[in-house]
Amino acid sequence: MATFILRRVISLVFVLFCVVSITFLLIRLAPGGPFDRERKIPPQIEKELLAKYKLDGSLWQQYRGYMWDLLHGDLRLSTKYRNRTVNELLAQSLPVSATLGAVAFLIATAGGIWVGSFAAVRHGAPADTWAMLGALMAISIPTFVIGPLLILVFALKLHWLPVGGWSGFSYLILPAITLASPYLAYIARLMRTSVLEILGLDFIRTARAKGLSDGRIVYKHALKVAILPVVSFLGPLAANLLTGSIVVESIFNIPGAGGFFVSSIQNRDGFLLGGVVIVYCALLVVMNLFVDLLYVSLDRRIRLYD
Amino acid sequence: MTDTPGIWERLWRQPVARTALFILAAVTLAAIFGPMLMPAGAGDVSANQFSPPTWAHPFGTDLDGRDGLYRVLQGARVSLLVGFSGAFISFFVGTAYGLVAGYAGGRADGIMMRAVEILYAIPRLIIILVFINAFDSHLKQWMAGAGLAGLVADSRVVILILCLGLIEWLTMARIVRGQVLSLKSQQFVAAAQALGQSHYKILTRHLLPNLLGIIVVYLTLTVPAVILDESFLSFLGLGIQAPQASWGSLLAEGAEVINPIRSNWWLLLFPALAMCWTLLSLNFLGDAIREAADPRRHD
Repeated sequence: MATFILRRVISLVFVLFCVVSITFLLIRLAPGGPFDRERKIPPQIEKELLAKYKLDGSLWQQYRGYMWDLLHGDLRLSTKYRNRTVNELLAQSLPVSATLGAVAFLIATAGGIWVGSFAAVRHGAPADTWAMLGALMAISIPTFVIGPLLILVFALKLHWLPVGGWSGFSYLILPAITLASPYLAYIARLMRTSVLEILGLDFIRTARAKGLSDGRIVYKHALKVAILPVVSFLGPLAANLLTGSIVVESIFNIPGAGGFFVSSIQNRDGFLLGGVVIVYCALLVVMNLFVDLLYVSLDRRIRLYD
Repeated sequence: MTDTPGIWERLWRQPVARTALFILAAVTLAAIFGPMLMPAGAGDVSANQFSPPTWAHPFGTDLDGRDGLYRVLQGARVSLLVGFSGAFISFFVGTAYGLVAGYAGGRADGIMMRAVEILYAIPRLIIILVFINAFDSHLKQWMAGAGLAGLVADSRVVILILCLGLIEWLTMARIVRGQVLSLKSQQFVAAAQALGQSHYKILTRHLLPNLLGIIVVYLTLTVPAVILDESFLSFLGLGIQAPQASWGSLLAEGAEVINPIRSNWWLLLFPALAMCWTLLSLNFLGDAIREAADPRRHD
């Protein structure tokens, strides 16, 4: 187990290193610097600006300098929001994004597992057909259609919930549902297939022969094994929620890190963009490590790296 | 996978699959020929701003007074083009990668599949977004220099197709590899090897034909995935740029005009319906093909 964790941590660091390097190169190789938009500035001032934001020197020197700063936890200054560090901006916005993501994560997994096993137990019945039809529709309708439609109905017509913004629990409901719905549907489909497969296995027949009730068989015996495909989807799920939250934040005007991501591309704000990409990737990679550990502890049959 | 006509027959017998095929054909034909059949100037800017749906403008008009139906059809052209071409590229990359990994086996396979796992685990769309925006102007310059000046206006579409095709191949690679692993231990492969055929011939002549069924299934499911990705990027304003339109950018315009004072719902509803019908049909079709092609579910 210890060697497994060690190997994963090493590969984690390697992945992060690659992501950081690629992001840095892409940003610095793109034509157009962060100060191009403004009125023509005298060369002396431009030089000082470049020095202040550490954009002078050769590409290799810049890269080395950036890596060195990153190692010290310094994400540098934003070129758009002058005099504010990327660390500050992210410290403000990340908790918001994280709350949204965590709630959506819970809704997607808990809801998906419930709907999927519900449909599987009623295999072939109308409830099963309708649940799976609904799931396929939820997968096909993108979040940026669901979001505005939910706003139209629940905020503008019924006035039950706020249109957008971020100042309390009621502001969380619509965005979290919007973000979670396609993945809830996907997990429900995964779960249904998996439960159906498990219910045909021998140990379930044994449980039945012992006279256990259907409910007990499903909830005490089948779900424990059937949940494994869902667990292995948790990593990709986290990745999708991270990306998806950018769109949901823009629909609901939520002041999260996703907004910085979009605006930093438009403003050529290199270090802010780099900061967001690095933090998102780091979060994900760590998340994946946890998922792997969870998977191993759930399924004892798996042998890691033989 | 040997009884291909059987699969199509079974597919045709499912009403859901037939409906999905009809809808897809209708949307594709409308996207190709629709804009040509409409009166000239339908897509031009006019003073008729935010007109609700009328007989003259069945989908209403937008901020610049352009006809909504015309814009949705234009968007369909771009979205479908990106979806199908992106899926086509992903088919080449994914199949080749999966074939090689599965056939080589051992250490090479381990490294190649580990790379796929890593790509699965990072936010690919975010990286690709940085990539697109970094290379767009390079591509424009290169096109202008290489005598492709006519394409410069469409450089965004080209780079989107390339990039999305190059990230959406992971699932395809995994599935092809899995199939190759089980196929290559069968006797016909051993026979081909014993006869001294080259690896390349074995891959293309013996393994690939046996994989076509499953590849078609996942190709059907890749198209909606690429369309979704494209519209995601365009919705954020980082994909297709005005005055060009795709379903994603139209939806972004539609979402912007939904506000408490006045909701111009037609700008959101019609692109949404067009996109959802298409994605739903593609997903239903993919599911139906998978079911028809799965020999275990013969009943």
